Parts: sequence; C-alpha cells; structure tokens
Amino acid sequence: MSRIEQSLGSLRERGEKALITFVTAGDPDLATSEKIVHALVEAGADLIELGFPFSDPMADGPTIQASSERALAAGTTLAGILAMVERVRQHTNTPIILMGYYNPIFSYGPERFARDAAAAGIDGLLLVDLPPEEAGEFQPFLRAAGVDLITLLAPTTDKQRMTRLAEAAEGFLYYVSMTGVTGSQQVDAESIRGVVAELQETSRVPVAVGFGVTTPEAARNIAGFSDAVVVGSALVKIIATHGRSETLIEEVARFVKALKKGVRSAVP
Amino acid sequence: MYKQPDQYGHFGQFGGRYVAETLMPALLELDEAYKEAQADPLFQQELTHYLHNYVGRPSPLFLASRLTEHCGGAKIYLKREDLNHTGAHKVNNTVGQALLARRMGKRKVIAETGAGQHGVATATVAALFGMECDVFMGEEDIRRQALNVYRMKLLGARVWPVDSGTSTLKDAMNEALRYWVTNVRDTFYVIGTVAGPHPYPMLVRDFQTVIGQEAREQILAEHGRLPDLAVACIGGGSNAMGLFYPFMGDEGVRLLGVEAAGLGVETGRHAASIGAGKVGVLHGNKTYLLQDEDGQIEHAHSVSAGLDYPGVGPEHAYLHEIKRAEYVSVTDLEALDAFHLMTRLEGILPALESAHAIAQVLKVAPQMSRDQAILVCLSGRGDKDIHTVAEAAGMEL
Repeated sequence: MSRIEQSLGSLRERGEKALITFVTAGDPDLATSEKIVHALVEAGADLIELGFPFSDPMADGPTIQASSERALAAGTTLAGILAMVERVRQHTNTPIILMGYYNPIFSYGPERFARDAAAAGIDGLLLVDLPPEEAGEFQPFLRAAGVDLITLLAPTTDKQRMTRLAEAAEGFLYYVSMTGVTGSQQVDAESIRGVVAELQETSRVPVAVGFGVTTPEAARNIAGFSDAVVVGSALVKIIATHGRSETLIEEVARFVKALKKGVRSAVP
Repeated sequence: MYKQPDQYGHFGQFGGRYVAETLMPALLELDEAYKEAQADPLFQQELTHYLHNYVGRPSPLFLASRLTEHCGGAKIYLKREDLNHTGAHKVNNTVGQALLARRMGKRKVIAETGAGQHGVATATVAALFGMECDVFMGEEDIRRQALNVYRMKLLGARVWPVDSGTSTLKDAMNEALRYWVTNVRDTFYVIGTVAGPHPYPMLVRDFQTVIGQEAREQILAEHGRLPDLAVACIGGGSNAMGLFYPFMGDEGVRLLGVEAAGLGVETGRHAASIGAGKVGVLHGNKTYLLQDEDGQIEHAHSVSAGLDYPGVGPEHAYLHEIKRAEYVSVTDLEALDAFHLMTRLEGILPALESAHAIAQVLKVAPQMSRDQAILVCLSGRGDKDIHTVAEAAGMEL
C-alpha cells in the first residue's frame, strides 16, 4: 500500500477528514518553497500537493498562472523540485504529490522521471492534461517505481466513465468540483454531495474535492461529505501577497491552521 | 493505403487527446457527432451547398505565367483560396464546423485567432447561422491586425484580448481552452487549424481537403497530368493538409511544407517547429514544439501572425517522420520579397502566410524543367497585411 493510501486510509478509519494543500514549487523561489512545505506540514496539512510550473497552464486561472510565471522566472526546474523534495523527505512522512502538465515530464523523460521521483520521495503525480486514454505511455513506469497516478474526475464526466475510472483509481480520487479553471468562483457544496457519495461507494480509495474551496468554512462544508479537501489558489494568493517577506511563513501557517480546524470540525 | 489517424486520434506517435478531464466528454461527443455527420448525405449536401453558394467554390486554379517566366523553370499553378469569401481558406473549415455545431444543438461558438483570418471566418459563419461568437486574440496580434479585429466586431463577435505569455496565437489558444473548460456544456470550440486534441486535426483536415480535391481535378484538366510538386505554408498547417491529403497516394507528387524561419532559424527567433523543434505535448496533442531543455514552450516569431505559433499539426509531424512530405523554412525577408514580386508580376497580393510558400517556389522552380509543374496553395489574400508590409518598408500609412 502506498504512503498516500496508508496516510489517508488511517485518517478515514479514525473518521477524520484530510486537508490537502497546493502550492507552486519555486514560487517565489525553491528555498522559500522548502520553508513553506515545512510550515504546511507543521500547520496540519495531511498531504502536500506541489505544482511544477509550465509556460502554458491551460487549465489554471490567473492566480496559479501568475505563480507559475514567478516560479519559472526564479529558474525553477523539475530537477530542482525533486532535489527540494528529497531534502524535505528527510524530515517528514507526509505524502507529497506533484501536480502539473505533461510536457515538462515528457521532456525530462517519463521513465527517468518515474525513477527519480520515487527516489526523491514523491508519492504521487497528478497530470492535468494526461487523461487515462493517453496515460498508457507513462503509467507502467510509475507503477514500477511505486508512484501513484492520481485520477481526476469532473462534473462533465458521465456515469459510465466515472465508474470505470473510479474503480481503477490509485492513491486518491480528485473530484474537480466545477467546470472551470482553478481559482474560479466558490463551489456550492450541496450540488456535489450526491456525486461524491457515489464515488465513495465505487472507489476503494479516498475521494478528495478541489477547485473553488477558498475558506475554512467552505473546507468544513466539503469535508462534511468528502474524504479530503484541496485548497490551492487561496493559499497561492497569500504567497503572492507576502512574497519573500518575513511574515510569509507565519501567514501561510495561520491560514492552514484555520483550514485544518475547519476540516476537523466537519460534521457529516 | 494511407489511413490516419487511428480511432484514438494518433498519427503514429503524434496527435492524441492530451486534455483536462472536463473536456474529454465533449471531445468524445464531438467525435461521435462528426462520424454521424460524415455518414449523413444530408449533411454533405448542406456543406456542399454552402461551399458553392456562400464561399464561392470551386476556387480557380491559375497558371501564373509571368511568375513562371521569371523563374524560368517549372510551371507555377496557384490554387486561389484567396478568392474565397472572407479572403482565405479558413472559411472552408468554419462552415463545416458551424454546421456540425448546429447539428449538435450548440448555439455558442468560440475561436482562437492569430492573423484574424480564422476569427473572421468564424464570426462570419456565426452571423450566417445566428450563433453567439467569442474570439480570443493576442494583444500583439490585435495591434498587427486591427482591420480584422474591426471586421469581427462588425460581424457581431466579441473579441477578447489576451495579454498572457507572448500575447500571440499560442496564448489565444490557452485562453480559448480555459473559456471552453468553463463553458463546455453549451459551447462549441471552432479550432482553426489541424492541431488541438482529436478529433480536431482529422476533422479540420477533412473540411480543408476540398482544396486538394479540386486542385487535383483542375490540374489534371489543365496540365494533363499531376503536378510534380505541391507546396503550402505551415503554421498549424491546415491549408497544407487540405492540399496534400488527396495527393497522399500519388508517389510522383512531392509534398513540400514551408515553415516560417522568422529572422533566421539560427537566431532562435522563428516558428520552424518541425525544422528546429522537439517532440512534446501542447494544446491537446503530441507534436513538434519549440521548447527549451526543461520542456517550457518557447516564443515563436514570424512577420506573419498566422504562422507565429510554436507548434505544428500532428499529421505534419507524422508525414515528416515517415518522410512522405518534406519541410523547409523561409525567412521574414524572403517572404516579404515574394509578396512584392507576386504583387508586381501577377497583380495578386498574397497573404504574408502564403508568401512563404511563394518564396519557396521561387527557390525551387528555376531548378525544375519547363515541362514540370508546381501546385502552390495561395491560402489567403494580403489586404490584411498591408500595414505590416508598409512598416517593414519603413513607410507609414
């Protein structure tokens, strides 16, 4: 069983919900990202999702587009991110996954990447533009290396496809709460309660909900019926505002603690 | 026999559907709808009706005698896509896609545009069929193509300026994809070239194939046999795919695609994706891309807004790999020279995109014999480029 399934699974057994936090690696630079990741873990994040920057983030809204640009301007590369994760991995057992677009990995070399990611302590990979139909060229390498390829499902995914993908999912299932780019409007929790319940029935892995979760209250509402909640753009905004200032880590920790409190106090 | 792509949209290792899950169902639905439409004689009849009576097809084949004489070699035949309604080949595809959208019950269409030709062609059919139309266009291109921007607005389209990245075609496509992800349920994305996720590269090729089908018949009638060489410019490559496809099985016909070398491939400021790019994944398909060693997409450059794109349609990548077609590039200056020469010798202002194909013809025609023939796609007219041409000549209009 992977570190992701162990970690989220034990929370599930205790009836607790997981908080997944997203930040872009290298925003504002990798050294600061490393500090941010430690702060996220200490503040209670149950799984760390690190975005790796791409020049053309087609599924992202302005907030994450801008963070990608800052990371690239700071010279962030996949190799640099793997090295950072390797350092972080010495201090924490919290699962870490990478999220982004396929081309930087394709360019790095899929087989080599799977090996290096596993060696660095990466537990999973979420690729926005690599649907299951195209994953065959990459997934065998990830399997061999023991890295989960996380499946995304969307409100437009029809029932048959949803069942098929949910059954095959590894690590956790990422349900995209709305049709849109990241950082769009606030999600209406009630509108997705039913589909999340169906996914939990179908899938052996936990179900996380992301896109449009921006406040501790929203996180609490979603955690009322999902296994995990993903918060990204709201956190990235704090990083954008505080940049390299001394207050950054403090502000990140404060927000994540509030999110964690929200998730903990979720009532089914 | 040549039969590409496979059912998943792969042309060998290229093509595919590298998109967010939110869009997958829409692509599967489009694939189904397109298959049904293809098999429906009524759809084909309707398409033919609009191509003949609205677009003005068939477009003529014209023997450019003075250009031929100037080169002193092979006969140069121009396939006159510049004479289509709206002034370029783009409308062949937008008529087809709009009919498909209507058939699927979608009343809102979106498009990305570089030079503005595809935006105009989409806005035109949206007006014709009473559809809502939103066009995404880079700010740099809006500046270069002010005339086309105004045309789109006259036609009732909303034009969204895109200021991310390089503010050109690539970024317009990113923004169109973002809009589509958000509004996918009621919106049809009219992609303007043989790129993007499956089924677009196939579907756009099929709608553009009318160029090559007509040209094949016309040149057989006028020249008495097939051409020795077929030439077209390549941005994404839709006019080239449309010209090449019906000649795919004719081994004696060399196929030659002309990319934009911008300031020169050696300067790094160009748009020659096949000539100088590497295989990668962008905008839903695997193909040759201009990218750095970390897989970040690099800026393309061309004097022609329509060729200013860091990728190329996956079928061209495939034709390059199997060596069925050859790909070369010509510079901004060569294209501008060809623009002037063509204008003076034939009284035809070619689009700067098409001027790239003409520039290559000027290089190869003199090396061929007088009984040989070159078929070149004159994909669009150059009225839209007059400001760019004047600027390059140091004049202000």
